[in-house]
Amino acid sequence: MRLRFWGTRGSLPVALGGDGVRDKVRAALRRAEGRSFPSEAALDAFIEGELDFATSHGYGGNSSCVEIIGGDNTVICDMGSGLRELGQQVMQDYGPGQPRRYDVFLSHVHWDHIMGLPFFAPAYIPGNEIHIHGCHTVMEDAFRRQQSDPCFPVHWEDMGAEFAFHQMQPGQKYRIAGFDIAAIKQNHPGDSYGYRLERNGKSAVYSTDGEHKQDSESETRQFVDFLAGADLLVFDAMYSLADMVSVKQDWGHSSNIVGVDLCHRAGVAHYCLFHHEPIYDDYDLQRIHQETRRYAEIMNQGQPLQVSMAYDGLEIEL
Amino acid sequence: MASGCHGDSRAGGSGGGEVLEEAVGDVRVLCPAGRIDHTSVEAFQNALLPRLEDCREDGVAIVLDLSAVEYMSSVGLRVLMLAAKQCKGQSGRIAVAALGEQMREIFQISRFDMVFPVYEDRAAAIAALTRQE
Ligand SMILES: [Zn+2]
Ligand SMILES: [Zn+2]
Repeated sequence: MRLRFWGTRGSLPVALGGDGVRDKVRAALRRAEGRSFPSEAALDAFIEGELDFATSHGYGGNSSCVEIIGGDNTVICDMGSGLRELGQQVMQDYGPGQPRRYDVFLSHVHWDHIMGLPFFAPAYIPGNEIHIHGCHTVMEDAFRRQQSDPCFPVHWEDMGAEFAFHQMQPGQKYRIAGFDIAAIKQNHPGDSYGYRLERNGKSAVYSTDGEHKQDSESETRQFVDFLAGADLLVFDAMYSLADMVSVKQDWGHSSNIVGVDLCHRAGVAHYCLFHHEPIYDDYDLQRIHQETRRYAEIMNQGQPLQVSMAYDGLEIEL
Repeated sequence: MASGCHGDSRAGGSGGGEVLEEAVGDVRVLCPAGRIDHTSVEAFQNALLPRLEDCREDGVAIVLDLSAVEYMSSVGLRVLMLAAKQCKGQSGRIAVAALGEQMREIFQISRFDMVFPVYEDRAAAIAALTRQE
């Protein structure tokens, strides 16, 4: 099983602006200290080897979209703005004339998790099948509303692909697209659902837009049991803990260190922070990554926890 | 002035959750100890919050001396936030003091250093929170 992250930003897509570019150019030039680079290869070696991640790459700005590779079809968690590039890649890999089946698991229908569909090229091509799975009863309604007047010129009825909606129930086990799948309800305005996908003895949990208040041990225990022994957790780590439990209480999101504590309790091997706060720049996110690693080290009681910061383009092999 | 709640008077167990108490004028120093995580947080909450009831403008001020806390996970920090909210709601004052190296890092990583006034040691916290006559 392999995960490819197409969109990792929370709430709203963001783009690196002029000031952000300038900060990075400045940081790179400062680091180069007047050196010259005799070849492209030498330049690449400098970029890869000497610049920090925030300067040389950054985390990207598309909203939630993760591809799960290794099943029978193209399997996707959420249809945020990252879906546009996923669509382009699939068309490039298989050609536009080749009909494909897509299976999508939807955490919920908030805008940042569905906004990519109107820009998903395969949705316009007859012969493609797009199966949308989720626990909300309002899924189809949300997509129809998104593509209706006066908000978008192409109406839902005019999409070329064939769509099907599949109602799931949390707590039940499903086998879809070659994965064993279960869902769990999460605390979020209008509810959201996390998904556990398993195949060939490997397991990944996609859990975004969930506020783990930890004020009820039985509720926390239920989620810990859902995570138990997972190889990977992709987790809504949008806020600092101080923000999460004060000014942003009941906004429906968790914090970086809550994720670490849940992973430690559940024996998760690899923790991936996801749904990044749009006001954070690449340097903020890099610092949060380092701090989260340090917190995991302080709290570690057994096996060390691997900590990744999701970015657009990241791939994780399980 | 006593140097700490946890000298010879520590009340058993290294697990965490117990909170010792000492009065210094109109400042109440509370000293939790050990590891505060999901296994000990309930005891910690039950020991801490009732001792904040008279934390008011005309009552006592609270200093949390964290020198004996080895670490605190997010559930423990959540209880500290409840404590801060309770004191603020009662127009009382609360501060933390004497964070060990790990607790200092945890406060910084969780941004709790922006929630509480943090003092280097308990003497500094007591001096700052003692009512000026
Ligand atoms: Zn979201
Ligand atoms: Zn949401």
